[in-house]
Amino acid sequence: MTAPMPVRPPEPPEKPPPPTGPGATAPAAPEQRRPSRLLAPLRETGKLFALAVAVARAIFRRPFQVREFIEQFWFVASVTILPAALVSIPFGAVIALQVGSLTQQLGAQSFTGGASVLAVIQQASPIIVALLISGAAGSAICADLGSRKIREELDAMEVMGVSPIQRLVVPRVLATMLVAVLLNGLISVVGTLGGYFFNVIMQDGTPGAYLASFSALAQLPDLYISEFKALIFGFIAGIVAAYRGLNPRGGPKGVGDAVNQSVVITFMLLFFVNMVLTAIYLQIVPAKGS
Amino acid sequence: MGIEVVVEGLTKSFGKQNIWQDVSLTLPAGEVSVMLGPSGTGKTVFLKSIIGLLKPEQGRVLINGVDMVNSSERDIMETRKLFGLMFQDGALFGSMSLFDNIAFPLREHTRKKESEIRRIVMERIDIVGLLGAEGKLPGEISGGMRKRAGLARALVLDPQIILCDEPDSGLDPVRTAYLSQLLIDLNAQIDATMLIVTHNLDIAATVPDNMGMLFCRNLVTFGPREVLLTSDTPVVSQFLAGRREGPIGMSEEKDAATLAAEQLADTAPPRTGPRTVVPQLEPSPGMPVRQGALRRRERVMSMMGQLPEAARTAILNSYAPAAGGARA
Repeated sequence: MTAPMPVRPPEPPEKPPPPTGPGATAPAAPEQRRPSRLLAPLRETGKLFALAVAVARAIFRRPFQVREFIEQFWFVASVTILPAALVSIPFGAVIALQVGSLTQQLGAQSFTGGASVLAVIQQASPIIVALLISGAAGSAICADLGSRKIREELDAMEVMGVSPIQRLVVPRVLATMLVAVLLNGLISVVGTLGGYFFNVIMQDGTPGAYLASFSALAQLPDLYISEFKALIFGFIAGIVAAYRGLNPRGGPKGVGDAVNQSVVITFMLLFFVNMVLTAIYLQIVPAKGS
Repeated sequence: MGIEVVVEGLTKSFGKQNIWQDVSLTLPAGEVSVMLGPSGTGKTVFLKSIIGLLKPEQGRVLINGVDMVNSSERDIMETRKLFGLMFQDGALFGSMSLFDNIAFPLREHTRKKESEIRRIVMERIDIVGLLGAEGKLPGEISGGMRKRAGLARALVLDPQIILCDEPDSGLDPVRTAYLSQLLIDLNAQIDATMLIVTHNLDIAATVPDNMGMLFCRNLVTFGPREVLLTSDTPVVSQFLAGRREGPIGMSEEKDAATLAAEQLADTAPPRTGPRTVVPQLEPSPGMPVRQGALRRRERVMSMMGQLPEAARTAILNSYAPAAGGARA
């Protein structure tokens, strides 16, 4: 509107003269401290933890959304089971072959079974769970929540006095946790069977040695830590997906970016957490026989 | 009876950009208020601040003693059950049918039986004229229908405070007129406090008891409708007349140079004398008398002394002829 107006207003506005130019700032706006860019990652991390705490507290608040939980559980399970089983066979095989050829060089062939099973149960299986939960389930959850957010559905829900965290996020996080634990069991079994098959058939290992070394090296806490990892991974994947989904930046493209980021962030977090948990576990749980 | 909403010294910024500052007003219990303002003056932000979706940096919004800005999340959630908010584009849940959408608050907050829920929901669907569409998904209906469904959802819990964000956008003039009448009838029936945010002049002229206007990061005025409708403040008169001449420019406010040019070009805006105040809508025949209007009458009469001359005349005119009739 730069063209001169034919008519002037009856009197100049009683406000102080408006700032000129598009870049002018508001007069007498309350002075805001400019947030430092350096601290931005810390702020995001803090918000993520705040959401984790809010979700953990909302888990125990009534009413529990049974229906939503079952729907989400079914959804997460249905998108992860088949890929998990399909991925775990070659994964178990790769580990069996690799460990097998290594132990052959070392002359410890009879321990192939134990070594490969431990690798599958403690490491491979939780990592596959992490990949599938964050890649398949997390991305779907993030996209779902993100598109609800930009369509103001979450605002509407909050306005009606329903907390989106309790109504939507808690069932999703619990569903990813439960599916992760169950999936971990499935992958452990399928991966171990795959390893056994490849070791015995392809590398001429003996079934007896495989099983004997297995029970000589593996112990029950190995399974516990594996399931515990899966539980934690499920929680983190659910929280990160929900966090990015609840805070998309700017429209439909923002949702796409959020999904992308949620998967990448989850991957990085999960691998890091896996390292920490493994280190702690190896420190506090003595290896069998030592 | 509705609940009074007291807003005190509210200030909201997004980053460095100040939206509005020091907004203070009181929405009287059970009365209909309209907040006017050019596009982009933060009307929707104001609405969302009242209900606690956005947190202003300063000020309070008091409802039943709960501060929607600073109180605990639990109290705010509880207080929100008193509200019905009609979003600009309905904000329906895309994965649910209209029926489930409208039944959502009932299913979440009440322990009513499904047959009872069905009865209430169908009644609301009938009120907003959507019978027959209850099985459709929000993606399958027009924007105006979504809007009306959003209103039905806002009404389903018999709210004490109803907030409408641009009820007219996306509706044709006839439906807008029906909607105006619907809002007044609702007010007569449930005596809820209502705040309508709009820039539709028809709604502004006929529906509210009170009017306010946001412009240039400030609340220009808030008071009985006659005050704004007869106001000589340049911003208000420009807005109500829909003229180009005045302080409001294409991008919110005009810069000094343009204003000066307008002043140089000096031809006084065509004054049509004091604007005539259109009579307010009455509830449809058969509806109860609006308790809010009765209370307002007493309130306005008691503050008569502080009002400008033009507003005083308009108020007296509006009450004089039909005083004994439907209004009183």
